[in-house]
Amino acid sequence: MLAFIAQRIGKAVIVLLAIVVLNFFLIRMAPGDPAMVMAGEAGASDKIFVAQLREKFGLDQPLPVQLYRYVEGIVTLDLGFSFRQQMPVSKLILERLPATLLLTGTAFVISLVFGVLFGTMAARRAGTWADTAITVLALIFYATPLFWIALMAILLFSVTMDWLPSFGYETVGANYTGLAHVLDVGAHLILPATTIGLFFMATYARMTRASMLEVKRLDFVKTARAKGLRDAVIQRRHVLRNALLPVVTLAGLQAGTLVGGAVLTETVFAWPGIGRLMYEALLQRDYNLLLGVFVVCSAMVLAFNLITDLIYRSVDPRIEFAS
Amino acid sequence: MLLRNPGGLIGLVILTIAVAVAVFGPLLFPTSPWRMVQRPFLPPFTMHGLPLGTDALGRDVLAGIIYGARVSLLVGLVSTLAALAVGIPVGAAAGYFGGRIGDALMRFTEFFQTVPSFALAIVLVAVLQPSIVSIVLAIAIVSWPPVARLVRGEVLSLRTREYVQAAIVTGQTNSWIIWREILPNALSPVIVLASLMVATAILLESSLSFLGLGDPNLMSWGYMVGAGRTVIRQAWWITVFPGVAILISVLALNLIGEGLNDALNPRLNKDGR
Repeated sequence: MLAFIAQRIGKAVIVLLAIVVLNFFLIRMAPGDPAMVMAGEAGASDKIFVAQLREKFGLDQPLPVQLYRYVEGIVTLDLGFSFRQQMPVSKLILERLPATLLLTGTAFVISLVFGVLFGTMAARRAGTWADTAITVLALIFYATPLFWIALMAILLFSVTMDWLPSFGYETVGANYTGLAHVLDVGAHLILPATTIGLFFMATYARMTRASMLEVKRLDFVKTARAKGLRDAVIQRRHVLRNALLPVVTLAGLQAGTLVGGAVLTETVFAWPGIGRLMYEALLQRDYNLLLGVFVVCSAMVLAFNLITDLIYRSVDPRIEFAS
Repeated sequence: MLLRNPGGLIGLVILTIAVAVAVFGPLLFPTSPWRMVQRPFLPPFTMHGLPLGTDALGRDVLAGIIYGARVSLLVGLVSTLAALAVGIPVGAAAGYFGGRIGDALMRFTEFFQTVPSFALAIVLVAVLQPSIVSIVLAIAIVSWPPVARLVRGEVLSLRTREYVQAAIVTGQTNSWIIWREILPNALSPVIVLASLMVATAILLESSLSFLGLGDPNLMSWGYMVGAGRTVIRQAWWITVFPGVAILISVLALNLIGEGLNDALNPRLNKDGR
């Protein structure tokens, strides 16, 4: 087990290193000479200053040396400097990370719980109107752009009905504490989390339904039935447990999409997370910040994949830990 | 076969209409969709000739949607073809040669599958500067890995078949065997995947345009929604209609993909219906 975990972590580190290298070349591909861009952003562009910048950031060194320094920086959590915001990139990201984790975590739980619930309902009532309704809705939400669902949610629940706040993390200037603060953040969280959740809910519902219908046909289910078990027990203990395996795999693979969803949703709802930070970096063409967020997103996805991998193996005893 | 599947049929009808709009629509609206035609914020269904109203700069929303269809369908199609052009050879080589080459190619594929795709697409378009070429390239780069994996799986199972073994024995070249013997038989799942990829590519393009990373010279649905976002409280129609256009086209392609899947892989037909 430990050997397996060590091997997986090793693999993740190698992938992350590859992403960092990719990132380095992407920064070099960004338009403009980095030193000139930095000088421009810092508001001065005389030759001596540009030369100083070149030396300071090692831009006068050969490419492999620059790459080495870049990787070295990232290992020590130095993601570069954002001249637009006058702050280290890592500090900016760390400030925003908790909000994104709260949002994506909530969205993930919502989508998994309701997705499996609706998928199970559809599979158990296969062929009825309830199944058709769930299947059609899942098909529609699966095809709807996330940013548009977000806007429609604002239009419906904030503008028309005035039930929920449409932007931000908390009510500005209210300075709530304790429970009032939690409720305030919760109210701000509902719309963005549900928006991301709906898309994934549709995915999981479709997967659960298809998977349950497939498992239902297998022999061990017939055996369970022949043993005289109640239908509810068969559905829950035999069918659903086995049908969930591909759903867990899918959930693990979807981590990257979840991050993408966060960029769009945080942008629409002005949620102060790293997705919104990425959008701000984009608007200002702040490449250091943009690529810093990209590395952190990739690291998050890798960590998430690692966790689902471990969960998967504990859910499915047929998979042995020795690779 | 596809026509017997009700969902697939609906999808096909919608897609045909969308393609017709993209091809012939600009003949009905010869003026640029960027041109101001009326006062800004004209509500929909109030003036003859401007059924969907105007946006914040007095541009015709309907004209925008019609021109946007071109961008969405074109980007969806071309980026999918580009992704196939990368994914099929990589997957075929990995499956056919196996061994070290196969392993290396699959590690390469896995790497691209692990990187968060939308974030990578954003970074690529931002770094390469927004244009229709960089958008197509970015979408292709983030969407080829599933093709490679699928093709590899198919090739792995087909290469042990007797007819392929026979071709090897008769001394055919590797490329002839891959292209003429194996790939034609691996085509049907690839077609299904491709139709779903076009749908995903349209969603990706609209998301990029929404964030302001669209081609600045081309009107697209994502751009329209993004531009209408700030005035959503005054003018709902500017964001609602282009969004519906995206939804309908993506839905149509997904329906076609599922219909094709049922038609081409009858073994996988879901029961319980």
